[in-house]
Amino acid sequence: MSATTLATVPPLPRRHARVPTLVAVAMAWIVAMLAVALLAETIRPYGITALDLRARLTPPVGFGGTARHLLGTDELGRDVLSRLIVSIRISLLIAFGATVIAATVGTTLGFLAAHFRGWVEQLVLMLIDFQASMPFLILALSVLAFFGNSLPLFVALMGLYGWERHARIARGLAIAANAQGYAAAVRQLGASPLRIYLRHVLPNIASTLIVSATLSFPEVVLLESGLSFLGLGVQPPMTSLGNMVGYGREYLTRAPWILLAPSAAIVLTTLSVSLLGDWLRDRLDPTLT
Amino acid sequence: MTDLLELAGVSRVYASRRGLIGRAVAVRAVDDVSLRLAAGRTLGIVGESGCGKSTTGRLALGLERPDQGIVRFEGEPMPAPGSPVWRRLRARMQLVYQDPLGAMDRRLTIATQIEEPLVIHDIGNAAERRDRVAALLRDVGLRPDHAARHPHELSGGQRQRAVLARALATDPALLVCDEPVSALDVSIQAQVVNMLTDLQQARGIAMLFISHDLKVVRQVSHEVAVMYLGRTVEQGDPEAIFADPVHPYSRALVSAIPVPGARRRERIVLTGDPPNPADRPKGCAFHPRCPVAVAACRVETPALQTLPDGREVACHLAPGTIRKAA
Repeated sequence: MSATTLATVPPLPRRHARVPTLVAVAMAWIVAMLAVALLAETIRPYGITALDLRARLTPPVGFGGTARHLLGTDELGRDVLSRLIVSIRISLLIAFGATVIAATVGTTLGFLAAHFRGWVEQLVLMLIDFQASMPFLILALSVLAFFGNSLPLFVALMGLYGWERHARIARGLAIAANAQGYAAAVRQLGASPLRIYLRHVLPNIASTLIVSATLSFPEVVLLESGLSFLGLGVQPPMTSLGNMVGYGREYLTRAPWILLAPSAAIVLTTLSVSLLGDWLRDRLDPTLT
Repeated sequence: MTDLLELAGVSRVYASRRGLIGRAVAVRAVDDVSLRLAAGRTLGIVGESGCGKSTTGRLALGLERPDQGIVRFEGEPMPAPGSPVWRRLRARMQLVYQDPLGAMDRRLTIATQIEEPLVIHDIGNAAERRDRVAALLRDVGLRPDHAARHPHELSGGQRQRAVLARALATDPALLVCDEPVSALDVSIQAQVVNMLTDLQQARGIAMLFISHDLKVVRQVSHEVAVMYLGRTVEQGDPEAIFADPVHPYSRALVSAIPVPGARRRERIVLTGDPPNPADRPKGCAFHPRCPVAVAACRVETPALQTLPDGREVACHLAPGTIRKAA
């Protein structure tokens, strides 16, 4: 009996370790958030500006509310669930867009600095120092004051946040790779700089960059919240997670659900992204299996 | 017939800064070195660490530009590193590294990396490249199933074989081996060295073999150059140099080779400070450690002189060039 059992046990797959439960949950949450963001217009029960004045400040279901407003309503009688769904869409768009822009710009500038050295590197380092020493809120404030506010501009502006960290990491790691080891070896084989950086250096340092990106993702969400709270971010009647938190702050004691629902979404999403990034970093490394 | 590789009076100077506010000090890593290497031959370069062996190798490959002198490959001056001509020339000359793990991309499989030079230099189509990789693996003694592995899944010797296969992929005319076996076990060293000489004979590759291991250099080289502090101190036939070294530094090096079975010979142990290329002694660089130094050695830098047997030696006291101490 035992012999047959042993014989039928399949050999362990060499590099396909099981996905840890926590990471699976995080993945599921991110997928759910993405689905919500994509389907926001069809799954929201009410319009985000639809008022239900007779059901103002209704608590969520289970706390004395009714099934008509699952997560309750705010003081104008707007459905919190509907607003949350649309907020997730806007905030994810801003956070993902900004993170991708920051990572792309930062990595490109970092590689340019590492490749050309000399005055190009000095220029990039100067830009990095400028960005790092400038309070980003003030920069954002002046840009938004001069150019007005639109969603594409806001995403692009948020993309300026955190690029300097990517640039520093990319430059440092690329210089290290060029000085010794594989990049020098590939250069010696006659490869073009583009091939060295895209095919060899980038995949090798991607793990670090991914972790850096997952760190800046929550920061962008929080920054967006801060700017929206100051009235410079997403403008009403449009809504975002930060906008909702800022708005719900005034009702914290009387109607905490207005603030808690978007806060929970921020915390869970940023935590999931961090967990996923951490796991990805390990998975992308063939020497750690 | 022109030489495949010629280094004519090359020097390479690095600026090194000491401390936070120290002035930059010029370090002459390589100082007025001239070498010639014909196709299919092996030139061994020996010397202790910091003597400029590796820099000489990098200069020969054109990875660095000499501050003085000129490097010619097949009669043509070496193009500037990174230029398109230089990149194309990589197919004709390759480097074998001391640390094979560091020289390979740990994210790519062995086959991908061996194929890479063929892709870079646009040699053959996908099927031909696959066949070539299989043939190269066979030539360096790796099994076909090693192709799908990653570098960290191979042993040190197998990795060095893979690096060698990558270097040989484009059929280079010149191979610079920078301490290729120093990181390997002695038993593996012998295998790799034998494979290297077999491949060299089969393909007619010229080799610049850089090592501090005199036994290995003696085994593979047709000619040997002994370097001390960036300069060639003795150069010539390996049998002559190892049997009867003329320069006091070569004598000390050769006396340090362990001889199995033999009673211990006289062992010359060098005293004095180890050499510092940033603070080169005046005159002959070796005189502070030289057991037979005379007054002239402190003043005048000896030039390379040809001995009757064809060897070149840079020493005031070499036979035939003996000069009375002032």
